[in-house]
Amino acid sequence: MIYDVAIAGAGVIGGMIARELTKYNLSVLILEKENDVAMGASKANSGIIHGGFDPVPNTLKAKLNVKGVPLLYKTAKELNVPFKHNGSIIVAFNKEEELVLEELYKRGLKNGVSDMEILSGEEAQKLEHNLSKEVTKALVVKSAGIICPYSLTIAAVGNAMDNGAELKRNFEILKIEKTKNNDEDLFKITSTTAEDVFSRYFINCAGGFADKIAEMLDDNFFTVIPRVGEYMLLDKSEGKTVEHTIFQVPTKNGKGILVTPTVHGNLLLGPTAEEVYKYTDTKTTQKGLNTVKSLAKKSVPGINFKEVITSFSGVRASEENGDFILQKSKNVKGLIHAAAIDSPGLSSCVAIAEYVVDILKEILQEDGKELTENKSYNGKRKDINAFKKMTVEEKNLFIKNNPSFGKIVCRCEVVSEGEILEALRINPKALDLDGVKRRVRAGMGRCQGGFCTPYILGLIAEELKIPLTEVSKKGKNSKIVYKEL
Amino acid sequence: MIDGTDKTKNKDKENFYEYTKKESYQQEKVENENMEIEKELYTEHNKEYDIEHDIVVIGAGPAGMAAAISAFDNNVKDVVIIEREEKPGGILKQCIHNGFGLHKLGRELTGPEYAAYYEKMVNERNIKIYCGTMVIDITKNKIITVQNKDGIFKIKAKALILAMGCRERSRGALNIPGTRPSGIFSAGTAQKLINCKGYSVGKKVVILGSGDIGLIMARRLSLEGAKVEAVCEIMPYSVGLKRNITQCLKDFNIPLYLSTTVAEIHGSGRLEGVTIAKVDENRNIIEETKKYIPCDTLLLSVGLIPENELTKNAGISIDNFTNGAIVDENRQTEQSGIFACGNVLQVHDLVDYVSDEAEIAGKGAADYVLNKLNGQIIIKTVPGNGVRYVLPQRINLIYEYNKNREDYKREISLFFRVTKPFGKIKYTVKLGDKVLNTAIRLKASPGEMEKITIKANDLEKISNKDEKITVNLEELS
Repeated sequence: MIYDVAIAGAGVIGGMIARELTKYNLSVLILEKENDVAMGASKANSGIIHGGFDPVPNTLKAKLNVKGVPLLYKTAKELNVPFKHNGSIIVAFNKEEELVLEELYKRGLKNGVSDMEILSGEEAQKLEHNLSKEVTKALVVKSAGIICPYSLTIAAVGNAMDNGAELKRNFEILKIEKTKNNDEDLFKITSTTAEDVFSRYFINCAGGFADKIAEMLDDNFFTVIPRVGEYMLLDKSEGKTVEHTIFQVPTKNGKGILVTPTVHGNLLLGPTAEEVYKYTDTKTTQKGLNTVKSLAKKSVPGINFKEVITSFSGVRASEENGDFILQKSKNVKGLIHAAAIDSPGLSSCVAIAEYVVDILKEILQEDGKELTENKSYNGKRKDINAFKKMTVEEKNLFIKNNPSFGKIVCRCEVVSEGEILEALRINPKALDLDGVKRRVRAGMGRCQGGFCTPYILGLIAEELKIPLTEVSKKGKNSKIVYKEL
Repeated sequence: MIDGTDKTKNKDKENFYEYTKKESYQQEKVENENMEIEKELYTEHNKEYDIEHDIVVIGAGPAGMAAAISAFDNNVKDVVIIEREEKPGGILKQCIHNGFGLHKLGRELTGPEYAAYYEKMVNERNIKIYCGTMVIDITKNKIITVQNKDGIFKIKAKALILAMGCRERSRGALNIPGTRPSGIFSAGTAQKLINCKGYSVGKKVVILGSGDIGLIMARRLSLEGAKVEAVCEIMPYSVGLKRNITQCLKDFNIPLYLSTTVAEIHGSGRLEGVTIAKVDENRNIIEETKKYIPCDTLLLSVGLIPENELTKNAGISIDNFTNGAIVDENRQTEQSGIFACGNVLQVHDLVDYVSDEAEIAGKGAADYVLNKLNGQIIIKTVPGNGVRYVLPQRINLIYEYNKNREDYKREISLFFRVTKPFGKIKYTVKLGDKVLNTAIRLKASPGEMEKITIKANDLEKISNKDEKITVNLEELS
């Protein structure tokens, strides 16, 4: 089969582009090198919907951030992805930083951000009781919010699949060649396991590997700079420490260490910003975790570090020029790059997808091809958390017909067997333990899977019809048990 | 069955004859009980709760079962137990090693045998255990919301006993730097996979933490053919029981590195190795001592945390040292009629003491239901020199003592732990300046729970109700 469009990378950008494309009568294939979607930057970032005051005016980042926020809220609603409109506070601790706040405020106005306000330290502390008394001034951005980045990615890919897109996992691209079939120009994409797929158009949103993909097509005009950010996540008991997302003034490497509630009610601290050699360098370091701790304490001194339940790091794919790369290739016909999507990539993701699809439309027009609407497209996705949102009466009725929803497997996050089975059955199906965790939060709580892991392993094995020894944490070489005794 | 394992296999392995004989009977019984709940639901639906019981116990582990039995034997017959797993027994089900019951029963049993012993007593009293039932919420008014395969129910209790046990501290809580591969287990999770599911977890193992579960698992993994490279303990001493250090490490030639921790985790898919390092007295890593050990499995036995999320929902205060509820000598929390016992109250070293404590809580709950608890003054207990905590944290006194009352002469046991290992020591319990009791021990370890008793009538002449009971430790040369 020849696909109309192949997309490299099932991150939030790939997922949103795929979903946007399924609005038309196009065959879409998403290629992902990992065992699940959202395995790169989309898995581990701050999950902030930025107001849009930070990007340099007139850049793609500025334009798509401001345009993207309302689009993202709308899309998240359609996809049943939880988000919260909690607002951001950027805090200054001295005169110098106050000047930066002023600068950000002006920049925000230029970018078209409304709902901003500069407060005195005292006013800010009234708004946010646990804020440091050292804060001298604060910029409040009410339009900002929080969202779960991997839930959004999973939902976007899932919805694209529901509308006809295909997802190929564990497909690591080895090479891409231009070839011809009956006078038609095609991309021949070969995986490291020697599998070939063919497409008419190719969209590169491979995140940290986007430069490698460009290189495979001799179109290497940019270099991805992987920048790691370390985070700490605290128990839900601490989720109410702050209501807003608390930023410090940004530096050239990023938006600084933030303290924020997550949509699930935890407290998240981070990220650091260290350039690393490899995009896969997602380890945490003592130094990084210490930095997170001390800088988070600077904004909110009373953080209860006894309740840290996990720490992790994510890598963002930055680029020297500091802006998104969203363009059709100058050298290779039919190739579009959507690369260097670091912050505010999540806030802009729907706008980016629309932008990229517009580029594709242009190319199709040049090729004299017509794009028709997919009449059966449905942008809504089944809510994997539907059970949690039911009233007691509704739950009782539901359990009567589906007893597995009555049986709690993950005690910390109160996740039932029924919900775990949904995670293993709804597009894109979870194939491993972490996949289950990201979809329904089983194992995500304070015991970090200590109690429920053995049972969930059994459910995965049964559902995927594989022996327990084959069940993995995150695909490939991450098997969990070693042999049957 | 919750772990979905091949039952015949476990039967051979665990050898809990008495227990397995009852298995089919137990399964059948559970189903009937759940149907009964359903029936009750339909007959009494228009209330803020669906079902009523005198005493509801949360958790059918050793604490919950012993508490229920004790409540029943103290004349409250309407007692039920709510259990989230498919079978009673709690963590004992996976503790197939021996050493349970030496103090309490004068016999050396395995975990499943010890559980079966209590389960039998529960069944003899026709105390219902609702298995496969998760408590989602409790209120201070003792309304318990539960969820199981039949639906969601609210149960109203006259008295409530919390016996939810504890969980293991995870890697995340320790913040060990490094990558996030598979092959990192808390010791109890590995124990469940091996003993209940029948799967080995790895070939080359490093264990962090020399608590008892870590030590037991070092032996268990060795017996299943794994090579345990090292047990690392961040403290300069082990908090595990002496007998476990001998039987589980020394007998298997497994090295125990004290003042040592895991400094970094390596590997992208499966764990490939860990960097271990010595720590200084402030537990900071000493860089020069870093050493790489290749391994595919890391077990964490780094502490237990009482599972008090429900307790907090009911507005009950938690002790910062025990991480359990603040209780009086009947194990009653600050909310009247709510009691706590077992590892949800304080982490115990031996299950025997869990049973003892549960009996106190069970009697307390029964007395509460029968209106026999009527303390008027509260005296606080406080840890003194060398003592980390004292439990109970408060003692209820009846101000006007009737000397004929049975409880006038009662003895109250104070349980406590020391802050670090000691040689020969003397404990002194005082009320203000008045010495209530003393005891001499040849040694003490923070891993082992200490006990000293006082007499209730010694507290009678209390002059100032702000006076506190202190437990002090004095080193003897």
